[in-house]
Amino acid sequence: MDAPLIEFKNVTKRFGNKTVLEDVNLQIYEGQITTIIGLSGSGKSVMLKHIIGLIQPENGEILFRGKPLARMKKSEIAESFSQISYMFQGNALFDSLTVYENIALPLQETTNLKKEEIDQRVMARIEQTELTEAVFKYPSQLSGGMQKRVALARALITDPRIVLFDEPTTGQDPVRKNAILSMIAQYQKKLNFTAILVSHEIPDVYFISNRILALYDRKIVFQGTPEELENFDHPFMDEVISSLESLQKELTGLYSKRQFGMLNHLQLKRRKSGESYCLVVFTLKELNAITTKVGHDAAQEAVRNMGIYIEKHFGAIGGFSTRRSSNEVITMLPYSSLEETESIMGNFVMDFHAQVMPAIQQGACKFASEGETVNITILAGVAEGESTENINNVLSLAISSQKEIGRFSCAVQGGNQ
Amino acid sequence: MNFMTNHRIGPENGEKQSPDSPVLMPFALIGRTVMDWVNRMGSAAIFLSKALLHILGRKQLFKTVQQIYYIGARSITIIMLVSLFTGMVLGLQSYHALLKFGAAGAVGSLVSLSLIMELGPVLTAIMITARAGSAITAEIGIQRISEQIDALHTMRINPIRYLISPKLSAAIISFPLLTAVFDLIGILGGYVSAVVLLGLNGGVYVHSISTYVDWRDINNGFIKSIVFAVIVATVCCYQGYFAHMRRDSHGAQAVGLATTSAVVTSCVLVLVSDYVVTSLLV
Repeated sequence: MDAPLIEFKNVTKRFGNKTVLEDVNLQIYEGQITTIIGLSGSGKSVMLKHIIGLIQPENGEILFRGKPLARMKKSEIAESFSQISYMFQGNALFDSLTVYENIALPLQETTNLKKEEIDQRVMARIEQTELTEAVFKYPSQLSGGMQKRVALARALITDPRIVLFDEPTTGQDPVRKNAILSMIAQYQKKLNFTAILVSHEIPDVYFISNRILALYDRKIVFQGTPEELENFDHPFMDEVISSLESLQKELTGLYSKRQFGMLNHLQLKRRKSGESYCLVVFTLKELNAITTKVGHDAAQEAVRNMGIYIEKHFGAIGGFSTRRSSNEVITMLPYSSLEETESIMGNFVMDFHAQVMPAIQQGACKFASEGETVNITILAGVAEGESTENINNVLSLAISSQKEIGRFSCAVQGGNQ
Repeated sequence: MNFMTNHRIGPENGEKQSPDSPVLMPFALIGRTVMDWVNRMGSAAIFLSKALLHILGRKQLFKTVQQIYYIGARSITIIMLVSLFTGMVLGLQSYHALLKFGAAGAVGSLVSLSLIMELGPVLTAIMITARAGSAITAEIGIQRISEQIDALHTMRINPIRYLISPKLSAAIISFPLLTAVFDLIGILGGYVSAVVLLGLNGGVYVHSISTYVDWRDINNGFIKSIVFAVIVATVCCYQGYFAHMRRDSHGAQAVGLATTSAVVTSCVLVLVSDYVVTSLLV
């Protein structure tokens, strides 16, 4: 792995008698999405504010590209911080300025760009963040989701190399939460900045993160990939992850990957050697097209509708499901043979066309603008495995056997779909 | 049993006395208060010097004009109203008082000198503090607690340059102008009560003003108003800017208390500095 972009070495921070961070050590790498998770009030935002220099540590040091901030010259610190943008938890928008003025502010005050160029850059960001209708509105006239997007647009207007997101999804509805995360992931890929997220509530954050840092009891207790976190054995997992999982179940109707793994393990342990089970993999194929053409909200609504129905249908016959990635749902049918599963799938596809497709279509198309056409395909694949067999082999088999089970298009012309 | 030993207060066996002990408590309290006051004065002085440093920035003109509108233009009505009645009361009182000595002809000079040298600058400063000063503190305080000032830091915009300097320069421009308006309308108010209502000769009123009021008096009034502008703008901006550092409250309550504190401190400092400046100018 490359040298860390930002590194904390034994950082301690106290407010009066209260120690918020104690001997914190962490590394953040360039070009990645790193998410800091922890309970509410555990000091995640304080950690983030150390990176941008809003708070200074009592002990320890913070290194930027290997160089301690405390030993840098003023000009070097200014140069380092000029690469960083910060999106505040409460947005911190100027309520006396319009959306346009809020987004343009960093360019107007810190650059010598001409008015025309500022206009061009601001309007481009406004279009990207779907704020065209709100250009001349004040923050108080916008919904919470729109305010978040204004804050995001302002954070990205200077093309920063590093963006810090402090609880970017707080106070949003489930669909909007995932939409904001999907937007962050999309921009991160497009603009290739380093994203550092603080979150305490979003299970879907795992789908977009390259690295997870877990803050617990004033210390970083875990640093690693989301997959590594699933096998992490620590009281943190019981306190934090279980609360996230129950939230995820509530939001999407699906189990978390960890819960899915545990259920799977328990179910298969009860089976005798040689007894089989089936795995179904569903994929919403053109998720990126929905995101790009119709918007992040539409994409999340479509995935959510699909997940809810899959869990409802297969849950009734003892199956359990999880989201494997942002557009993939896997369902385990522990007591079904391939023949039974295929017959269940036959019924499922019929019901799917009658009930689910309209719901997914509605989700995906309700935000479509006039003249926009998006074709969406849903694939499903079934594979049978034995209780002793490695589940990943069965999964690969299911993916390779995927076939189209539904297709529709959103074509909005003259206000009709 | 030694009675005194049991009731002895103070260090024993060379033990150091804690500042929280009952004997030292009043001294510690005084010490802490003085230290706190000195700290705040120092911090306010640094705050003011930083704000003055950025007054003439390249992008400050538009923001300053905007602030002149908020602090100055929007205060004109209240200043005119207060000055009219102040002048009328002065005219009324001084006419009756001077009539006893057969000096009613000096009403014009008494009214105008009182207004130009004292009441104009002082009352203008107090009225602007009440109307615009409190609004400045509340605005900056809310910007502080809603992290807007932190957001400026993260955008590498100097918050003092962006928020404070335009308000300071606008106050320095607006205060003398509003003082001039106050003086003129006040003198007119004196004319209304002494000449129009009480029958004093109008020519005598105007002649008395032109005879006894000279440019030095007018300049001194303006000097005072500039001093008051710096005091009011600094105190109001400072209280809002550091509203989050208050020990007695947090959040919206801190902004409320900072606003009250800004108005009270500004008014007291205006009166104290009025004496100091007058004694230096006389």
